[in-house]
Amino acid sequence: MKFYMIHLMPFADLDLNYDKTYNSAWVTLPNTYYDPSKGAKLYNRYIDELVYADELGFDGVCCNEHHQNAYGLMPIPGVIAGALVRETKRCQVAVLGRALPLLTYPLSVAEEYAMLDNISNGRLIAGFVRGIGAEYHSTGVNPAESHDRFHEAHDLILQAWTRPGPFAFEGKYYHIEYVNTWPRPVQQPHPPIWIPSQGSRETIEWASHPSRKYTYLQTFSPVDQLARFMALYYQQAEKYGYQASTQQLGWATPVYVSDSDEAARREARPHIEAFYNKFLRMPVEMLLPPGYLSLASMQAVTDKIRSGPAAGGYTIEDLSAKGMIICGSPDSVAQQLETYQKQVKFGKLIAMTQFGTLPHDLTVRSMELFAHKVMPRLRHIGEEAATAQVHAAE
Amino acid sequence: MSEPTESFETVAGCKVHMLRGGRGSPLLFLHGGRGAGVWLPLFRTLSEHFDVIVPEHPGFGRSDTPEWLDNVGDLANFYHEFMDKLGLRNVNLVGTSLGGWIAADLAVRNCGPLRTLTLVAPAGIHVQGVPKGDLFLWTPEQFARNLFFDQALAETMLKQTPDDEERRRQAKNALALAKLGWQPRLYDPNLRKWLHRVSCPTLIIWGDNDKLIPPAYGPAFRDLIPGAKLEVLANCGHLPHVEKTSELVASITKFIAEVGQ
Repeated sequence: MKFYMIHLMPFADLDLNYDKTYNSAWVTLPNTYYDPSKGAKLYNRYIDELVYADELGFDGVCCNEHHQNAYGLMPIPGVIAGALVRETKRCQVAVLGRALPLLTYPLSVAEEYAMLDNISNGRLIAGFVRGIGAEYHSTGVNPAESHDRFHEAHDLILQAWTRPGPFAFEGKYYHIEYVNTWPRPVQQPHPPIWIPSQGSRETIEWASHPSRKYTYLQTFSPVDQLARFMALYYQQAEKYGYQASTQQLGWATPVYVSDSDEAARREARPHIEAFYNKFLRMPVEMLLPPGYLSLASMQAVTDKIRSGPAAGGYTIEDLSAKGMIICGSPDSVAQQLETYQKQVKFGKLIAMTQFGTLPHDLTVRSMELFAHKVMPRLRHIGEEAATAQVHAAE
Repeated sequence: MSEPTESFETVAGCKVHMLRGGRGSPLLFLHGGRGAGVWLPLFRTLSEHFDVIVPEHPGFGRSDTPEWLDNVGDLANFYHEFMDKLGLRNVNLVGTSLGGWIAADLAVRNCGPLRTLTLVAPAGIHVQGVPKGDLFLWTPEQFARNLFFDQALAETMLKQTPDDEERRRQAKNALALAKLGWQPRLYDPNLRKWLHRVSCPTLIIWGDNDKLIPPAYGPAFRDLIPGAKLEVLANCGHLPHVEKTSELVASITKFIAEVGQ
C-alpha cells in the first residue's frame, strides 16, 4: 500500500458556536470569523506538518481546494503546492483540486501543474475535481454546466500537455485559437491524474475508461459506500475489458493514532466531531444545487442527507463504526486498515492526519506513530493486482 | 368550457406537453420556474374568455429537454416557432416570472404575432443594488414562506407530500431553471437594451410583497417598455396567479378588452 497525507488546512481557531447564528461554515459564514493573525500561524504550521510527512516516509502529500469557508483555507492550492515542491525532497505532491468548472480560463491549470511538475522534477500528481456544490453558490458558476465544463476543461488540459502546439481547441465553453502551453510537463505524456469524488457511477465510468485509467479516490465516506464504489470501478474496468489495479483506487479518510484505543478516541473526539459537525455543516440546498448531480442520483442522495445524523450530530463512536475515521492504537489502526483493504481492495491510503481543531502536538504524534508503527506493517498489502475476490465486496 | 385538452406538440425537434381549453382569442401562458403541469383555477377562469394555451417549456415537466436548450433566447425563438406551428395570430401573451422573461425576450425579437403582452413579476433584468431572493439557497420552508404573502398558502404548500414522480418533475424543473437563470441570476444583461422594441400594448403586474423579485423591479420594467402600464397588487407575493387569482384575471381581461376597443 502507498501512503499519502492530505491536509485541508481548516481555520482551526473558528468559533465553534458560529452555528448558533449561521447554518454553515460555508458560503454565508462572514469572513470576519477569520482572524488573520491566527491564520498566518496556522498556514505555516500546516505547511510544516506536510513537509514533516515527507521526512517520515509518506509517499506523498496532498493539498486541497475549497473556496469561501472555514473548512479549508486553500482556495488557490498552487500556492501551497509551490511551497511544498521546494520544501519536500522525495515525496510526490498532489493537488487534489483544481475545480475545473469554476474557472473561466482552465488552461491556467495546464500551466500551473506543468510549472509544479517542472520545479519538483516530476513529482506532481494532478487532481481534477468539480468542487463541491457550495462552491457554485460562492462563485456564481452555473452548476447545470458543471459536468460538461469539467469534461471539456479536462480535454483541453490533456491536449495542452500532449499535443504539440499551437493548435486550436474548439469547445462549447472554451474556444481557443492558440493552445500552446509553456512549460510542458516533465512527466510524459503527463503527470499521473487522480479523481477525488464522493462517489458517482458517472465519474467511475469516466475515470476507469481504458483511455484514462485514472486513480479514483473516494473521499470521507462510510466504508459501505467505499466498498460499493470500489467494486463498481473493478466491475466497470472488467466491462471495458481490463483488470483494474489496486493502485487505481484510493481512499481518503481521517486517521488518528495514539498509545491505546481509549487514548486515541479520547484525544480525537472533540476534533473529529468538530470536523464533521461544524466544519462540514451545510444544508442540502447549499451542498446540492440543481445540476451538480445527475437527475438520476439527485433524489437518492438528497434523501440520504436529509436523513443524516441525529440532532446532536455525529459522535466518534458513529464515525468509527462507519469507518469515517480510522482511530486507535497502532495495532488496532493497522488491523482496521488491513481488514478494510482486504474487503475493498484499494492500493492508496490518503490519510487526513489533521482534522477540524486537532492541535499540532497531537497531529505530529499521531503522524509519527502512523509512519513508524502502522505503515511498515501494511506496505506489502494492496500492491498485488486485483483478484476475483473483489466480487465479495458486492 | 373548463376541461382542458392535453396534448403533445413537436416544435423545433422538441416534444412539449400542452394543456388547452376555452374559446375566444388565443391566450398563451408561459409558466415560471416551478412549471405548469396542472390546469390551475387561473386557467379555468381565463378559459371563459379566451382560448387558453399552457405549454410546459422545453426542459420542464413532461416536455423534452432538447440538445439546443442553453438560454432564454432559445426559448424565445422556440415560442415564435411554436406560434407559427399552431397558426396562432393576435396572441395575448401572458408570462409569469421566468415565463415573463421569455415573453419579454420574444416580444423584443418580434411583436408581429402578439396582440397584447402581460408580464407578471417577470425575471429578465437586473436593477443595480436591488438583489433578488436567492431561491436556490432557500430551504423548502424558506422557499414556501418567501413565495407567498399569505402564510396560510405557505403552510398548505409545506404540508404537501409529493410522490416520486412529482419530485422527479420538481428536480427537472429546478435543473432547467438553473440552466437558464443561475448566472447571471435570473436576467440577461442584453435584454434591457432592447425592451424599447416592444411595440404591443403591455401590462406589468407585481405583488407588493414579492421577496423573489422585489417590487422595485416593476417601475424599472415599466420605464423600459414604451407605454407599459404597471399594476401593483396589495398583500401579494411572487405568485399573483396563485395568491390573487381573481384580481389577476380581472386585470388581464380588462386590459385586453380596453386594447380591443
